[in-house]
Amino acid sequence: MLNLSNLKQGEVAKVDSILDNELELKLMEMGCLPGEKIHIERKAPLGDPIAISISGYTLSIREDDAKKVLVTLGQ
Amino acid sequence: MKDSKKIILSLVGNPNSGKTTLFNSLTGLNQKVANFPGITVEKKVGACQISQLSSKSKINTDFIDLPGTYSLFPKSMDESVTFQVLCNPKSEHKPDINVIVVDASNLKRSLFFATQVIDLKTPCILALNMMDIVESNGTKIDVELLQELVGVPVIPINARKQLGIGNLKQAILKSHLQDTPSNFIDIKNICPELIDNLNSLIGEEKNYRSFQIACNFDTVTHFSSQDKQEIKLLIDKHNFIPKRAQATETVRRYKALDVLIEKCVYNPKKNKTNELSHKLDNVLTHPIFGFIAFLSVLFLIFQAVFSWSSYPMDLIDQSITYLSQTAASVIPEGKLNSLIVDGVIAGLGGILIFIPQIAILFAFIAILEDTGYMTRVSFITDKVLRGFGLSGRSIIPLLSGAACAIPAVMSARTIPNFKERLITIMVVPLMSCAARIPVYTLLIAMMIPSDKTFLIFNVQGLTMMGFYVIGFVAAIAIAFLMKFVIKTKKQSYFVMEMPTYKIPDWKTVIITIVEKVKVFIIDAGKIIIAISIILWALSSYGPSNSFEKIDQKYAKVENAEIIIASKKLEASYAGIIGKTIEPVIKPLGFDWRIGISLITSFAAREVFVGTMSTIYSVGDADNTKSIREKLMSQTNPNTGKPFFTPAVCISLLLFYAFAMQCMSTLAIVYRETNSIKWPVIQFVYMSGLAYLASFIAYQLLT
Repeated sequence: MLNLSNLKQGEVAKVDSILDNELELKLMEMGCLPGEKIHIERKAPLGDPIAISISGYTLSIREDDAKKVLVTLGQ
Repeated sequence: MKDSKKIILSLVGNPNSGKTTLFNSLTGLNQKVANFPGITVEKKVGACQISQLSSKSKINTDFIDLPGTYSLFPKSMDESVTFQVLCNPKSEHKPDINVIVVDASNLKRSLFFATQVIDLKTPCILALNMMDIVESNGTKIDVELLQELVGVPVIPINARKQLGIGNLKQAILKSHLQDTPSNFIDIKNICPELIDNLNSLIGEEKNYRSFQIACNFDTVTHFSSQDKQEIKLLIDKHNFIPKRAQATETVRRYKALDVLIEKCVYNPKKNKTNELSHKLDNVLTHPIFGFIAFLSVLFLIFQAVFSWSSYPMDLIDQSITYLSQTAASVIPEGKLNSLIVDGVIAGLGGILIFIPQIAILFAFIAILEDTGYMTRVSFITDKVLRGFGLSGRSIIPLLSGAACAIPAVMSARTIPNFKERLITIMVVPLMSCAARIPVYTLLIAMMIPSDKTFLIFNVQGLTMMGFYVIGFVAAIAIAFLMKFVIKTKKQSYFVMEMPTYKIPDWKTVIITIVEKVKVFIIDAGKIIIAISIILWALSSYGPSNSFEKIDQKYAKVENAEIIIASKKLEASYAGIIGKTIEPVIKPLGFDWRIGISLITSFAAREVFVGTMSTIYSVGDADNTKSIREKLMSQTNPNTGKPFFTPAVCISLLLFYAFAMQCMSTLAIVYRETNSIKWPVIQFVYMSGLAYLASFIAYQLLT
């Protein structure tokens, strides 16, 4: 199963599910819902955190948290 | 709406939605900042007068600026407070109208929170901000249709350019004509029986309020424990799982919003990103250029803090000297004179002198935050700082700590992870604050000639910088240790919006400066003044008739005031304390005189300079020498050589770099952590570190 931290910069994916309950709620209220298109805009100098583009804005998320966001590749 | 009654308005919205900018433009400097009782959430209330178009009468309103939040879900203290202010019918802040700031360039996400607030069914107004950004992207929002779909007035505004504010005010006056908005989503079908039962139990008619209370009840303060017990029973009976229910609500609300956006937003160019922000980020978050940019910004800030502040600081210094001379001559000689001049005015001077440096540093921090650059700094430093138990968000407190630890400790509130926030608070006072500068300046000047250079750099300046670095390194190292020592059960995540870059809003910058300076003056000031008075008493009184004996002894000596002052200080309670602790501080190279100065430093570190000046005045009858010359001419009675050897100076410098000598900071740490444990630990570890460092340095160097 692919997760958000596996994505390469620029690859577009769709959010499948978020494993952690607390994180799920936080990301969902910020517009990161299952089915939503997502891509990695850039990574911080040491590869962590990751800046993702979601519903038209940029969100910074740590790698550990990104691993809990399961995604499918493709438009 | 009765004219006599003040209208209370809440101002709510997402972080970065321009809420604070709007608040500032509505209320200007008529703001009061306090904490909500018992918790560390800022409560800002601002007054605003609205004149009616029809008549000339004016209506008084109070705006409450609630913390920026993305939802009403009770994940943090901020959200819990927002929910309680909006929902508690007994709250003194219960708003008549909610003004919801909506970021038009992030419409869907903003409306998620906005429609939650609308569903609470208090009259609402949507202030649609940042329309200029939307329009420059070629996107169109049908405002009238939006208004119809959300069921409350929608007023387009531009908070930065102050456009549409008049319309917003008129809408506020007309809001009593508003119908109760209809439900944006029907929450009841998630858990129909529970909501019916809960409605009758707590006497609530509004379904969404009952739903939120079912999710929030244990954090809500306006229920008795018996009420809470009954709510809990109901929830268990209906197998209601708050997190599940909230997730369901979120999905439904976003679905409804998808439909709404489809109807009233026309976006010919899909997914338009902000080009300029993107290009800036390519540089500012670059592995190399990003850090170069950040270090350059830091260099610029410190350059400014030091060079720009000297003129206003001199001015304040002169004014205080003038004030104390005037007071000394006007007030009849005696204890009262001494109390006012040496206690109160000296304490006041000790506070005011730091305002320029604090104001300049916070001006820069406010600008960096308002432009959106600070989130980029957090982004590029997060991984590194996390290795030390801190967070990318710790940068702001650490930087603020270079001015004053008090606002710095308070700014750690923006760190979402409890452990990272706690560690940040614990190490921030190790950063070299403004009050250490006078001490550093004096001691470095005694050790190193002012004309000494290394390559092109002035060695005094380099040494000063070295002590800033020492403070920072110590902070990082202690944080690293605490990472392994502090255990917390709270699991946490770090998700942060990176807003597009914006031109700073100057009004917001100015109000931030005023606010931070106020915090410093009030929170630090009251303690500094109080301790100044206590210290004045300790150094102005001595046991039995010791002072009279000194007066008699020097009665016939001419120009003996200075010697008398010095001898009296020696005989005073402060002097006795200094002598008592001498055996403890002797291994550090300190004598009882420095001991007195260490004690007086508890009001504020810079008091050290003044105390040393008084106590080392012996033998300088005319008091013509500078403090530096006085100290330099001291000899060690045992060796006959100068007392202030480089070893003593370095030992003292290190002591001041590490020791917790600021009661005001401890008081704030107590308030922020809500526990006596953390300020005690902080005091013990910092003093221990100071003692150890001074001990090692002195023993190695002599």
